[in-house]
Amino acid sequence: MSIAVAAAPRRRNALPGFGPTIGLTVFVVCVLILIPVAGLFVKATDLSVAQALALLSSPRVLAAFRLSFGLALLAAAVDGIAGLLIAWVLVRYDFPLRRYFDAIIDLPFALPTAVAGIALTALYADNGWFGAPLARLGINVAFTPLGIFVALLFIGLPYAVRTVQPVLADLERDVEEAALTLGAHPRQIFSRVIFPQLLPAILTGIGLAFARGVGEYGSVIFIAGNMPGISEILPLLIVIRLQQYDYAGAALIAATMLVGSLVILLALNLFAGRWVRRHG
Amino acid sequence: MAELHVFGEKRWMRVVLIGVAVLLLVVMLVAPLVLLFAEAFARGIAAYGASLMKSETLSAIGLTLKIAAIVVPINAAFGVVAAWGIAKFQFPGKSLLVSLIDLPISISPVVAGLVFVLIFGARGWLGPTLSEHGIKVIFAAPGMILATLFVTVAFVARQLIPLMEQQGREEEEAAIVLGASGFQTFWRVTLPNIRWGLVYGILLCNARAMGEFGAVAVVSGQIRGMTMTMPLQILALYQDYDSVGAFAVASLLALLAVVTLAVRRFLEWRYREELGYVGSL
Repeated sequence: MSIAVAAAPRRRNALPGFGPTIGLTVFVVCVLILIPVAGLFVKATDLSVAQALALLSSPRVLAAFRLSFGLALLAAAVDGIAGLLIAWVLVRYDFPLRRYFDAIIDLPFALPTAVAGIALTALYADNGWFGAPLARLGINVAFTPLGIFVALLFIGLPYAVRTVQPVLADLERDVEEAALTLGAHPRQIFSRVIFPQLLPAILTGIGLAFARGVGEYGSVIFIAGNMPGISEILPLLIVIRLQQYDYAGAALIAATMLVGSLVILLALNLFAGRWVRRHG
Repeated sequence: MAELHVFGEKRWMRVVLIGVAVLLLVVMLVAPLVLLFAEAFARGIAAYGASLMKSETLSAIGLTLKIAAIVVPINAAFGVVAAWGIAKFQFPGKSLLVSLIDLPISISPVVAGLVFVLIFGARGWLGPTLSEHGIKVIFAAPGMILATLFVTVAFVARQLIPLMEQQGREEEEAAIVLGASGFQTFWRVTLPNIRWGLVYGILLCNARAMGEFGAVAVVSGQIRGMTMTMPLQILALYQDYDSVGAFAVASLLALLAVVTLAVRRFLEWRYREELGYVGSL
């Protein structure tokens, strides 16, 4: 087989324009993306190792790392569960206005983050539609870390739904049918047959929601209250460093944030890969 | 669509699941959207109109339109050029190039702004030299355009690459063999095939260009009436306790988002065959 492929005459691509289009693409990618992003890592090395460690281990920076990574992970996980439920209902059942509910899933993709931020803040403020009843129960959402969680939940939801939805729609139904005929309980069918096939997609959705949530700025700063050490997210800390003309400090925090979220994404991917190998 | 319940769950279970999902969607997505318009029109339509007519707000709307008018055509052209090279040819390093084009989408908007401050800022690598020659990039429109270009660079390419890969190159090769020039082939054969994907990519690019907050906030300096875009103006008005003003600007951007989603649905429904894969962002 491989010999046949190698022996076949290589078909020449008759289309013109490869040189100019790829040349221009590589040029734009280098000038607009690669060099500026590389500059971030170069700038971070302006600091000595001791200075870098002192900055990264200062209580304010550590608190921001814990807050941003912790809440982004938590919100992504909750989105993963909510997304599974919503995708399930949209794919498997028919109900009034289903198409409209399906369409509105993409709202957080299309709505500018500042618009989402101001809407969620007004909604969850102590005099807001949801904030007022919650405040009477003693739960304050806006201007607390809980508010950041609510904003990240909003931003991440479409990633969680849209990664699971197509996989769920393509699932082979005959396995479920067979399990049902053999007398399996719906709970068993879900946990033994359906869930293992969905888990990789769920994890991908959680990963995307997390990556987006860690760096999210616009919607969060409206609702967070931005108290240093309590409700101050990493991106805001970067902005504050920049305003103080501490370019190297800002670059170091940004580079650490990028590497940190890359490591978590990689771990999620590895786990999903192992899961796929083990469960076929 | 017929009900698909091979799974064997009870009817009450289905009703509960649908109820919880609908409740989640209403609380998480519908309520914020409804509230935006309710707040914008809280003092009536006259107050809404008047708040949009304030000079600072008008200048923010103007700058937003100007930036989008520059950024969207550039990134649309880049998307078409990049998609032609990437989708129609095989070459080593292709997937790396695609990942690099996608990189800005996964980077925090604040970091997207930061990388340009490091280069062009007052204490950046090129900033001092440029300012000696009277060129201002950061805290001015050029920096805001650069940051917006960066953030939206992948939007058109991302729609077109899978679409053009799926369509293959037989039609174009036939045109070339029959003696058409490269540009004629693109114009008469490729463009009609990809037009709705292109329209959709441009819409997404435009929505993001007009709505970008973090990247633009970092490079603009947020000088009132000068370097404010609509999303930045929302924050400024909100901090001034001008609720109707802030929500009025927000309602315009929300309307843009709703129209973008509606056109997307329409294109998907009307040109399903032609569009093939429609990526979601």
